[in-house]
Amino acid sequence: MNKHVSPRMNRRAFVIGSATLGAGLAIGLDIPFGGPAVVRAADGSPEINAWVVVRPDDTVVIRIARSEMGQGSLTGLAQLVAEELECDWTKVTTEYPTPGQSVARKRAWGDFSTGGSRGIRSSQDYVRKGGATARVMLIQAAADGWKVPASECTAANSVITHTPSGKTTTYGRVAEAAAKLTPPADVKLKDPKDWRLIGKGVKRLDTADKTTGTMIYGIDVKLPGMLNAAIKDCPVFGGTVKSFDEAKITDMKGVKKVVKVGDTAVAVVADTWWHAKTALEALPIVWNEGDNAKVSSESIAKWLTEGLDNEQPAYVGNKNGDAKAAIAGAARKIEAVYNYPYQNHATMEPMNATALYTADKCEVWCGTQNGEAAFAAVLEASGLPAEKCDVHKVMPGGGFGRRGMTDYVRQAVAIAKQMPGTPIKLLWSREEDMAHGRYHPITQCKMTGAFDANDNLVALHYRLSGQSILFSLRPEALQNGMDPAAFQGFAQSGEAAFGYSVPNLLIEHAMRNPHVPPGFWRGVNVNHNAIYMECFMDELAHAAGQDPLEFRRKLMGNHPKHLAVLNAVAEKIGWSQPAPQGVYRGIAQVMGYGSYVAGAAEISVTDGSKIKVHRIVASTDPGYVVNPAQVERQIAGSFVYGLSALFYGGCTVKDGRIEQTNFDTYNSMRINEMPKVEAVMVPSGGFWGGVGEPTIGVAAPAVLNAYFAATGKRIRSVPLRDQNITFA
Amino acid sequence: MANLTINGKTFTLDVEPDTPLLWAIRENAGLTGTKYGCGIAQCGACTVHIDGVATRSCGISVSEAEGKRITTIEGLAAGGTLHKVQEAWIAQDVPQCGYCQSGMIMAVAALLNEKPKPTDADIDEAITNICRCGTFQQVREAIHTIASA
Repeated sequence: MNKHVSPRMNRRAFVIGSATLGAGLAIGLDIPFGGPAVVRAADGSPEINAWVVVRPDDTVVIRIARSEMGQGSLTGLAQLVAEELECDWTKVTTEYPTPGQSVARKRAWGDFSTGGSRGIRSSQDYVRKGGATARVMLIQAAADGWKVPASECTAANSVITHTPSGKTTTYGRVAEAAAKLTPPADVKLKDPKDWRLIGKGVKRLDTADKTTGTMIYGIDVKLPGMLNAAIKDCPVFGGTVKSFDEAKITDMKGVKKVVKVGDTAVAVVADTWWHAKTALEALPIVWNEGDNAKVSSESIAKWLTEGLDNEQPAYVGNKNGDAKAAIAGAARKIEAVYNYPYQNHATMEPMNATALYTADKCEVWCGTQNGEAAFAAVLEASGLPAEKCDVHKVMPGGGFGRRGMTDYVRQAVAIAKQMPGTPIKLLWSREEDMAHGRYHPITQCKMTGAFDANDNLVALHYRLSGQSILFSLRPEALQNGMDPAAFQGFAQSGEAAFGYSVPNLLIEHAMRNPHVPPGFWRGVNVNHNAIYMECFMDELAHAAGQDPLEFRRKLMGNHPKHLAVLNAVAEKIGWSQPAPQGVYRGIAQVMGYGSYVAGAAEISVTDGSKIKVHRIVASTDPGYVVNPAQVERQIAGSFVYGLSALFYGGCTVKDGRIEQTNFDTYNSMRINEMPKVEAVMVPSGGFWGGVGEPTIGVAAPAVLNAYFAATGKRIRSVPLRDQNITFA
Repeated sequence: MANLTINGKTFTLDVEPDTPLLWAIRENAGLTGTKYGCGIAQCGACTVHIDGVATRSCGISVSEAEGKRITTIEGLAAGGTLHKVQEAWIAQDVPQCGYCQSGMIMAVAALLNEKPKPTDADIDEAITNICRCGTFQQVREAIHTIASA
């Protein structure tokens, strides 16, 4: 088990701990006479169940299967377990089970994947039950010891009290006995009104080590005898290695080996990464670039535009009435075409993984958003069976969807397999990371709205053209060829539902899949869909001569939760009052990941091209808020990520490869460009929505709509740097 | 070979003189708290103090750093007591993924050495580190908390 919360854990302890993990499952079975098996943690403490270990000193170790990557789920999930467990929060620590351990125990910890803002919402039910079950067993153990009915006992703060006699004991004292009990078949979860820890902005459990340089990220892993690898994959996606002249670099300092990685990449293994990278840059490599080398941003844009304009049938994601007929017969119509580019995740820590391969074992240490996917990649790349593989998760320096992919894990194993017995740490340079992202997909959207003679919106037609993520990454999830996720924010119902009622509606997707590999990029399809929907809604309001908020409200009568968050930001930003002199406002709303979000921005514009964002207000209704302090940070962070993409982002293609190489050509917002985000939480209860991603959808349209209010000019293309618009 | 003075200790390292200081610190001195983010002095994840001045360690060579006083995140706490910036970062729960925070903390510590009570404009000018998680709001609040203490 990899420990998270260990302020005293130094680097040496980590190296030793990691090495001992190689000994196999850090869990043993202790079968006492006549009783059921007690499963023990690595330190010998008894598991009450898969989620809860209690040490004799009353420390409670809560197991977390989902990955922490900064979003705070580690703390939130621990709060969920602790709420039901009724343990002393100050004595809570956490650890990750490994995917290998989970598989060996019939997936005792369920799904490890941490994307789609589902860390909390998709596991809240079973982790709370894990906590509740453990509480019932601990109380039962105490009652058995006292020979009293369990119903006469209560638990709070890890102390069990026999109410009639006033006798008390602690979880640590009864843990051994509790671990031997048969778990109750069913437990009742608390009513939300009785929550005392869920809903509290308690401090994160993983902060201290991040302030002292002692937190271990993938890039920091050290194993005895470890070597370092730098890699270059064919810069043209789909190309292969034709040849490389390793004799040119074998004499360079520190170089140990030059290896081909699959058909597409070459890696240099050296004593240090700096030596590996220096030698790799000197290595002559000839690529078979193939036909993709002819592709450019211009050729992609042309292909997508053709998808907008042709009359061929497209996948229909949402429909009511007859939009085309209503538009044809309308008093007046408005049309606009928007586009959104490729984006790189640009996690602060470039991709990396450390692999140790021997004939009968393969282990990997890495930051990953999906331990089980990484585990599957290790199996496949090593050719070894599940019981001989494992993945040890460490803190990722950012994820944002990129670390749900396993390309870097496969590469590390492929290199390590060519050097059995030697641990290999593969680290991508920032340039490699920019060249081999799994990019936010590229799309265009043509939108047509039609009004009757009284300026009522009678029809709306969106035709998307562009890339499908599922087509590339999860073709099994396509529905008769259609990518349902392409309609995030546009769906008729469900977790990403369209928030407007229009008598005649048609939303369709002409799928065009260029060779650039797409990926799940924080917010995913909500990013562009929310810009399209909310900027065009603004255009329609303007065309109808109506206030953008009032225009929306009239269409949102059947969508009270969408409307409630919109109203919340409008109220907080003071929409009904004029903005300060020279300051202009924009507003936007969207639903994604099961949550309703809205945003409003106040900006000023100098010379038509210098934007100062003065104020951002953002509201969210995720049903329940587990940790408001962390939700607030996710909301603010979504604006930084979303506005960075709007102003500075955009990956372009030339000769089949990505042109941006580093933060000088793919910039990110700094502190001077970012105002305070005023978060308004309006949890309405009864459902569990995500918080890491939905808000990013409203960041760009709120600012773009404010830009129109300030200048009378519509921006229909991202990024703004292409239009020489930047921060003031 | 190079002699570097890091966190008050002399390291004699088998390293070429043109090696970026960042990699000598991480790989040769074994102090991995200082992070690699871009290698071109853009992101600030590798920020250390050189003679007290916040410096992007990927952008200077080992030979340029020889004979100077280098402080990394591991050397910021003195005698087992956390630096006030580290304390504030913990109190305000500043980090998200935390990867940029070593560099962010070093940049802020240098700013506060120079200007104990920085204005927002001072912060805007001095703190140019990239944080992809977007912790800027907490960074700013934590700086003001320290300054008003």
